[in-house]
Amino acid sequence: MLSTGQLQQLFSGAWITIQVTAYSAVIGTLIALVGGVASLSGSRLLRWFTRVYVEIFRGVSAIILLFWVYFTLPQLFGIFLTPLQAGMLALGTNMGAYGSEIARGAIQAIPKGQTEAAIAINLSPFHRLRHVVLPQAVVLMLPPFGNLLIEVMKASALVSLIDLSDLTERAQNLRTLRAATSLEIFTAVLVLYFLISASITLGVRALERRFGRGLDVGGGLGGAVK
Amino acid sequence: MATRENEPTSDGESAGGRPSPERPMVRFDSVTKAFGDNVVLDGLDFEVAAGEKLVIIGPSGSGKTTILRVLMTLERPDSGMIEVGGEHLYHEERGGKLVKASEKHVRRVRGKISMVFQHFFLFPHKTVLENITLGPVKALGVPKDEARERACKLLELVGMEGKHDQYPASLSGGQKQRVAIARALAMQPKVMLFDEVTSALDPELVGEVLGVLRDLALNTDMTMLLVTHEMGFAKEIGDRVVMFDNGRVVEEGPPRQMFSQPREARTRSFLDAVLDHE
Ligand SMILES: Nc1ncnc2c1ncn2[C@@H]1O[C@H](COP(=O)(O)OP(=O)(O)OP(=O)(O)O)[C@@H](O)[C@H]1O
Ligand SMILES: [Mg+2]
Repeated sequence: MLSTGQLQQLFSGAWITIQVTAYSAVIGTLIALVGGVASLSGSRLLRWFTRVYVEIFRGVSAIILLFWVYFTLPQLFGIFLTPLQAGMLALGTNMGAYGSEIARGAIQAIPKGQTEAAIAINLSPFHRLRHVVLPQAVVLMLPPFGNLLIEVMKASALVSLIDLSDLTERAQNLRTLRAATSLEIFTAVLVLYFLISASITLGVRALERRFGRGLDVGGGLGGAVK
Repeated sequence: MATRENEPTSDGESAGGRPSPERPMVRFDSVTKAFGDNVVLDGLDFEVAAGEKLVIIGPSGSGKTTILRVLMTLERPDSGMIEVGGEHLYHEERGGKLVKASEKHVRRVRGKISMVFQHFFLFPHKTVLENITLGPVKALGVPKDEARERACKLLELVGMEGKHDQYPASLSGGQKQRVAIARALAMQPKVMLFDEVTSALDPELVGEVLGVLRDLALNTDMTMLLVTHEMGFAKEIGDRVVMFDNGRVVEEGPPRQMFSQPREARTRSFLDAVLDHE
């Protein structure tokens, strides 16, 4: 059996994993929303810029991005990031690229009549987005965002490669110290990862209910079109 | 909302179908709009007097909806000018010259207009009350409490009191449309546009919406442009009927004359087809 001390090590590793995931999610979501809106903007420059961003950050593997941020930024620009900062920056920008595409699709799925009704009550373009289009689009974004977030959580194991003591790193540590059997260690790790992803799923469900009020969640936007 | 001194539609002057000599509330000046090769508005000229209830009729595809959409700035005309309340909608004067209006100018003039759609387009994620207060709070800067109070009065006006906290999905079509009318009224527009607002309703729900429109037409001095196929209703509340076809005015006149003795053959055949249908 794992000793209390060993369990504690795993827990503190799990906490790092949660932190990396959460911070990456915040950065990724912000980029996704801005990117989704910008990719549909009237400005060709903005659209072009988002396109390039999405293609680059989707195309580069997360691990290369992480190494680049952690090892190259200091050399190129003298910017030194802690492993945690590097991790959330790499994973966040990566998630933002995928998320932009999700956000764009969701915004486009909102019926045009919604924007037209918002113009008929003379809302500014910002208010149309903020109060009419985005609240409905977010409901469509949530399920794919939940999947994306779980991917990010799993990818966060990469930070163990830049010496951040996340859950994976702790497990490796315990194993090399032969403090417990691999079976025990990795079963515990598996359970912990599962608990984190299950919480993400539950959290996203709760958000869906919160933002889905009045909307026919699951069956599309019943009330919007009818 | 001012009330017209309980004097039914017999404003002697406007019954003749001509806008009053003072400045028109809405003026189209050679407005052209094409979708690709399809010329929908073809150098359209027409005026609507302040307070006038104008009924627009015409066959499907004749451009009725497009007229309202161009006026609501949902569709930009290719050429020509539109004035609302004596101000250009798509143009503004700068340095003595008439130039393309800024977004800010368009928004200010657009504030005089609101529109009710065939398919309601209520905001499904907002309650009935929130649907109505959104515009006043965000676009007019009315304090929330005041906006709520006014929304309640409007809901009473359209016979929807007690439904404040429901979401649109739980309402019938007729109820949705009445909320949509209240939402437009909350903007206190000078001009209201109604695009076939009863066409998407089950027959038994048409009456309740027409009732609300009748009240508005007879008791307010708002300028109203109504596209409708409800000829009986048009006869009752219209000051003037305009018949459109191919993006041009075919014929216009007071409802009694238009419906009983239209001059143009095209109006006659259109009316025959519609009235047959009823
Ligand atoms: N966004 C658009 N893109 C292309 N064509 C359009 C568009 N909107 C309208 N049209 C075309 O313009 C013409 C006039 O359309 P409009 O909707 O104004 O007619 P309408 O008189 O309101 O007809 P209905 O009685 O069927 O509502 C039609 O031929 C229609 O196909
Ligand atoms: Mg139409």
